Amino acid sequence: MVYLDHASSVPVDPRALAFAGRYLKEEYANPSSLYALGLSAKQAVEEARARVAALVHAETPSTIVFTGSATESNNLAVRGTALRNRKKGKSILVSAIEHVSVLNPARDLQKQGFDLGFVPVDRYGVVDLVFLEENLAPETTVVSVHYANDEIGTVEPIREAAAIVHEKGAYLHVNATAAAGRIPIDVQEDGIDLLTLSGNDLGGPRGAGALYIGPGVKVQTVMPGGGQEKGLRSGTENVFAIAGMGEAARIAAMEMEDEMAREKAIRDRLIEEVLTIEESYLTGHPDFRLPNHASFRFSRIEGESILLNLDTFFGIQVATGSACTSRTLEPSHVLIAIGLKHEEAHGSVVMSLGRSNSTEDVPLVGRAMKETVMRLRSISPL
Amino acid sequence: MEDRPQIGYSKKVMEHFMNPRNVGDVENADGIGTVGNPVCGDLMQVSIRVENDVITEIKFKTFGCGSAIATASMVTEMAKGKHIDEALKITRQDVADELEGLPPVKMHCSNLAADALHEAIKDYRAKREGKKEAIEEPAR
Repeated sequence: MVYLDHASSVPVDPRALAFAGRYLKEEYANPSSLYALGLSAKQAVEEARARVAALVHAETPSTIVFTGSATESNNLAVRGTALRNRKKGKSILVSAIEHVSVLNPARDLQKQGFDLGFVPVDRYGVVDLVFLEENLAPETTVVSVHYANDEIGTVEPIREAAAIVHEKGAYLHVNATAAAGRIPIDVQEDGIDLLTLSGNDLGGPRGAGALYIGPGVKVQTVMPGGGQEKGLRSGTENVFAIAGMGEAARIAAMEMEDEMAREKAIRDRLIEEVLTIEESYLTGHPDFRLPNHASFRFSRIEGESILLNLDTFFGIQVATGSACTSRTLEPSHVLIAIGLKHEEAHGSVVMSLGRSNSTEDVPLVGRAMKETVMRLRSISPL
Repeated sequence: MEDRPQIGYSKKVMEHFMNPRNVGDVENADGIGTVGNPVCGDLMQVSIRVENDVITEIKFKTFGCGSAIATASMVTEMAKGKHIDEALKITRQDVADELEGLPPVKMHCSNLAADALHEAIKDYRAKREGKKEAIEEPAR
C-alpha cells in the first residue's frame, strides 16, 4: 500500500499516541476537577498549549485556545471575530479557495446581513493582493486567507497580506491546517492575528484543534457553556487528543526541517515521473507549494475513476477534486477559481506525502499512474 | 481486490469497473448514441449492430467516474441479444438495480448509460428510415 493522502488525514505518530494514551487510561480525570488527578490532566493541557504555541512562535501559551477540530477553529475565528467586531463594520473578505469550514460560516454571516467578498487568485492559486488592497473597506473586520491550500498545495504570501489587512485595521485569520508542521510558521513575524491548527494533521489523534488568538484580538464565543478555554470554547477538554496534539507539535517543531527535505526530494521525483505522461499538468504553484504536496490534472479522463483504479489495482491512495466524489456534483471550487474549465477540473489527482513514503514509491506510483491513464483513456470517447 | 468498501459501491459495480464488458466501438455501426457532456464530467457512447431488429453487437466508451464505467458496461450486457423494442424499455433504474444499487449521489449524472443505448437505437431507426426514403425517393 502507498498512502498519498496526508492532506486529508495523517496517521497518528506512534510517539504522540503513546504519550497521550495515559490520559485515557490513567490520568483520566476532568481537568476542571480540583483534586490531584484533575490537576494532572489540567497540567497536560497546559503543557500541550505551550508546545503548540512554540510550534507557531506565539507570544505566550495563553494565546492558544483548544477546540475540537480545525473546522471548529475556523468557525470560531470567522464568526467569533466578525460578530465581536460588528460595531466597526459588517464586512468580511475571504479568499476564493478557502476550505468549506471557512466559506460556509462566511456565507452564513452573509445571510445574517454581513457583506461578504471573495478575494480571487491567479492561475497558480496565489491570492490577488491588489484586489485585497482595493477591496478592504474601513468596515472590514476580518480577512481569511489560508497559509497553504490543501488541494493544490500553493503557499500564500501571508506577510504581504497581513501588512495590507493591518493597514485598514482589520484582522487576518489564517487557516494553517495544511501548512503547520510542514513549513515554518511564525505568527508574530508573519503578522497573523488568528491561526487555525488541526491536531490530526500534525500527526496527533483526531478530536483536537487549536486557534491562536493574538494579543488584543477581540473574539466572542460561538458556543457558550461551562466556560472552558477562557470562555471561548466550552466543553470538557479532550485531554487525550490535546496532549497528543501537543506532542505531535513538539515532534514537528523538532523534525520538520529534515523530514520535509526528505519528503520534498521524493515529491520532486514524483512530479517529474508523473509529468512524463502525455497531457498531464501540475496544478498549483510550481515553486511556492507545500514540500510534501503534488497535484495534477489529466486531460480526457475523470478523477474519481483514476482514484478508484489506483486504489483497486495498485493499492495507492490519492485524492481528487473531481465532482464525482463530492455531494454537489460541482467540480472543485479551487480548480475553477484558478481558471480551469469544468472539463479540465474533472481530471484532478492530489498526492500528499508523509512519513510512510519513501523513494521506492516513485517508480511504483509512476508506473501505476501511466497504466491507469492509459487504461482509462483507452475506454474514453474523447 | 480486498473486500472493503469503495465509495459506497456494490461488489457488482466494482466488478464491472475492474472488468468492463464490451469496451470499444462497433465497426461500421448501425447506430451510435452519445449522451452527457465532458463539462459535466460524464460522456457515454454506445454503438450497436442490429440484425432483424435484434442487437447482435454492442460496445461502449465512457469518460466518467467508476459508476459511469460500470453502468455503461452493464447496459451493454443487458441489451445484447435483445430486440430493439425490448432494449428501449431498459431504464436507468433497471441498470442501477442490476448493479445492486448505486450511491444516491451517482444516480443522476453517472447513470446515463440507458440514455446512450436509447439514442443508439433511435439513430439506428433514423438511419433505416433514411435508407428507405433514399430507396423510395427516385421512384416518386
